[in-house]
Amino acid sequence: MSESNANQQLLIEGAGCASCVGKIEAALKKTPGVVSAQMNFADRTASVTGTASTQALIAAVESVGYNARAVEEQDDEDLLGEKELADRTYYKKLVRDTVIALSVGVPLMLFGLLGGDMTVTTAMQRAAWLGVGLLTLAVMYVSGKHFYTGAWKSFKNHNANMDTLIALGTGTAWLYSMVVVAIPEAIPAMARHVYFEATAMIIGLINLGLALELKARGKTSEAIKRLIGLQAKTATVIRDNKEVQINIAQVLLDDVVKVRPGEKIPVDGVVCEGHTFIDESMLTGEPMPVEKSKNDEVAAGTINTSGTIQFRATRVGKDTALARIISMVKRAQNSKPPIGRLADVISTYFVPVVMIIAVLTALAWLNFGPEPALALAMVCATTVLIIACPCALGLATPMSVMVGVGKAAEAGVLIRNGEALQTASKITAMVLDKTGTITEGAPQVTDVVVADTHEQQEVLQLAASLESGSEHPLAQAIVSKAQEQDVELLPVDSFKALTGLGVEGRCDNKTLFFGNAKLMQQQGITLGDFSERAHGLAKQAKTPMFFAIDGELAAIIAVADPIKKDSIAAIERLQDNGIRVIMLTGDNQETAAAVAHKAGITEFFAEVLPEDKANKVKELQEADEVVGMTGDGINDAPALALADVGFAIGTGTDVAIESADITLMRGSLHGLADAIAVSKATLTNIKQNLFGAFIYNVAGIPIAAGVLYPFFGMLLSPVIAGAAMAFSSLTVVSNANRLRLFKPKDA
Amino acid sequence: MIIINILGLALIVLIVWWFWLYKPAQTVMQTQPLTIEVKDGVYTPAAIQVAAHQTVTLNFLRKDQSPCSEMLLIPDLGVSEQLELDKVTPVTLTDLAPGEYPFHCQMQMYRGTLTVV
Repeated sequence: MSESNANQQLLIEGAGCASCVGKIEAALKKTPGVVSAQMNFADRTASVTGTASTQALIAAVESVGYNARAVEEQDDEDLLGEKELADRTYYKKLVRDTVIALSVGVPLMLFGLLGGDMTVTTAMQRAAWLGVGLLTLAVMYVSGKHFYTGAWKSFKNHNANMDTLIALGTGTAWLYSMVVVAIPEAIPAMARHVYFEATAMIIGLINLGLALELKARGKTSEAIKRLIGLQAKTATVIRDNKEVQINIAQVLLDDVVKVRPGEKIPVDGVVCEGHTFIDESMLTGEPMPVEKSKNDEVAAGTINTSGTIQFRATRVGKDTALARIISMVKRAQNSKPPIGRLADVISTYFVPVVMIIAVLTALAWLNFGPEPALALAMVCATTVLIIACPCALGLATPMSVMVGVGKAAEAGVLIRNGEALQTASKITAMVLDKTGTITEGAPQVTDVVVADTHEQQEVLQLAASLESGSEHPLAQAIVSKAQEQDVELLPVDSFKALTGLGVEGRCDNKTLFFGNAKLMQQQGITLGDFSERAHGLAKQAKTPMFFAIDGELAAIIAVADPIKKDSIAAIERLQDNGIRVIMLTGDNQETAAAVAHKAGITEFFAEVLPEDKANKVKELQEADEVVGMTGDGINDAPALALADVGFAIGTGTDVAIESADITLMRGSLHGLADAIAVSKATLTNIKQNLFGAFIYNVAGIPIAAGVLYPFFGMLLSPVIAGAAMAFSSLTVVSNANRLRLFKPKDA
Repeated sequence: MIIINILGLALIVLIVWWFWLYKPAQTVMQTQPLTIEVKDGVYTPAAIQVAAHQTVTLNFLRKDQSPCSEMLLIPDLGVSEQLELDKVTPVTLTDLAPGEYPFHCQMQMYRGTLTVV
């Protein structure tokens, strides 16, 4: 939890008497950064203002013998449990409402269908239908109260929603029927028909639809449930040389946490003791357990498979990679891609427009309809109100996004929002940074070609000493090579990194230059026959670098960065999908050509400076390409930001999940093809849903209004309209759920 | 029949006026935070007025079991919050520029407007 100067609420556990209040308040006030602290004994909460972190406040309360937790920091799993319980209760209520309404509606409907007289002609019928009318009123109260309350409250607020349509539809049918029963003479003899069965059936069917939709909705959030389920509940920490088992919320930064084989890693940290293999598949999709020893990072939610380790907590609570992933997935699941905007605009005007259509329908039947015009006008207006379904439109996009984003997260692909999801499905060109994206990003020295005037040991010592000041991956390779050979590194003066060229410095009273051919040229150092040898190395996909001592070329050191084992297959998958794959690298032309050839890429740009990567992206965009850019998220930030979709490749758990539109949790490029495949599948699903919802309303409303009557003498029953409306939303949710079965074709 | 037609057309005019043209009175936010009840298809209050360039906390108290009420979206401000049942979900907005910011549920059945002046 980060620092905050806002008001923080702590729930205090174990405070049994009022005298505890003073003790707890004093402990909180002593915490650095606290401005004020006040405890409410009645509800066992403490309000604290100031800049102290939540962890510090919890520690202060614990120091005086009580437990505390942040009120707003309720565990995701607890929240999920509460939500599921609430949903179950609501489901039971909906089922009960359905049973009550249908137990009145179904017999009435069967009576009508089997030839029963649904009109009011005799006093006996009047009395019987009055009883049925009152029974239906009871159904409306017991099973449909929420529709009427919602409709009335919305109406008072100058708003109209689905409740308005249901309340108006069922209300009109009931009211008309009651008028037929109470004052039959007010209605023409032919129109003295009662529609109580429609009211009860519609209420029953819509409740049933809502219940089934609730069940189906539960499935759409399975991915996030799985992620939340990864969180451990307790942690074993070592405090005062003793192992203490505490709630995960109470783990503090720098706590030493002990994890035995088979246990989950409770928070993020760095291993300080032990050696083990950790299964990170749940976060990264990487199936092989990863070896961890001292100074390696471990992430919350992953599983320790073999040895016992101790690690120092570096990120706890909401700051762990898992918590950030959960929060990001939740946010993304609730964001909307632009494709849903039209449906949103329509939803805004939908209900009042349907009400107007219902009025026009009634007027049309009254003016031009055959007898009994009044009954037909009422039936058709009611059917229009009932069949219209704003919910299907409203649900079409969010349900698919919810499942699609969750599905991607399961494959180790974190999609930042709906817009990224939509754009990723349209990518036509994918720009890949070479180092760390196509290749392992861990180069190794392959060749050291030394001039006759120098010794290999001397060259390696000076080159490694000079490069020890550089953070470039190629420099690291040279330092590692020297360390392997137990070469002692010397101090370096006047070290300077020359962007796009190399480095310079002084060591052992010698002036050293190390870098590419351009640097040598700039310094007036002749390459001689070394130039030829450098070309030969470059053709083998190696990066040759020149090393000059006191103005004379001393050696070529060649470094190669192996291509990741699945890069070639993943690039082929992208190309098979019709995506133009382009490689960018700072390497020279020949090395770039060799790497590109090995990776199966025909288009590449060599000797690209970091700042020019964004320009390349821009050039592609100007050529009407929808550009995806993949990089490590650090050096490529401007290019990632400029691209239509920026993909950051995370390795393992070290992810900069805020830096890109889409983050690939594992290093494999298959994540790119997976991300694009999931995006395409989701967009197709959204389109199906939107199309279905549009067509349903566009075709359903005129049919309900009776447009088929003049041609075929056909009218839609309000009961059928009720069933169609109830199941239209369910269809949308179920179609979104089909996405759960989607499997990216990973190699 | 003429009377029925006139009544019908009047009803249409009334629908247009009531749902689209009528501007409901706004609740001017004077104390922080303001609690907005989410119940029976309605945000109460639904029309809120706040001063520009201030930090505003709106406490959404969801009392409706229906999943419709579960999400709160303020699209123009990039806010997307899941509202827990029977709990307050605070939404803090900072440095708001003058303008109208509609907020609604996922299906746009619940609707409200935050007016920044």
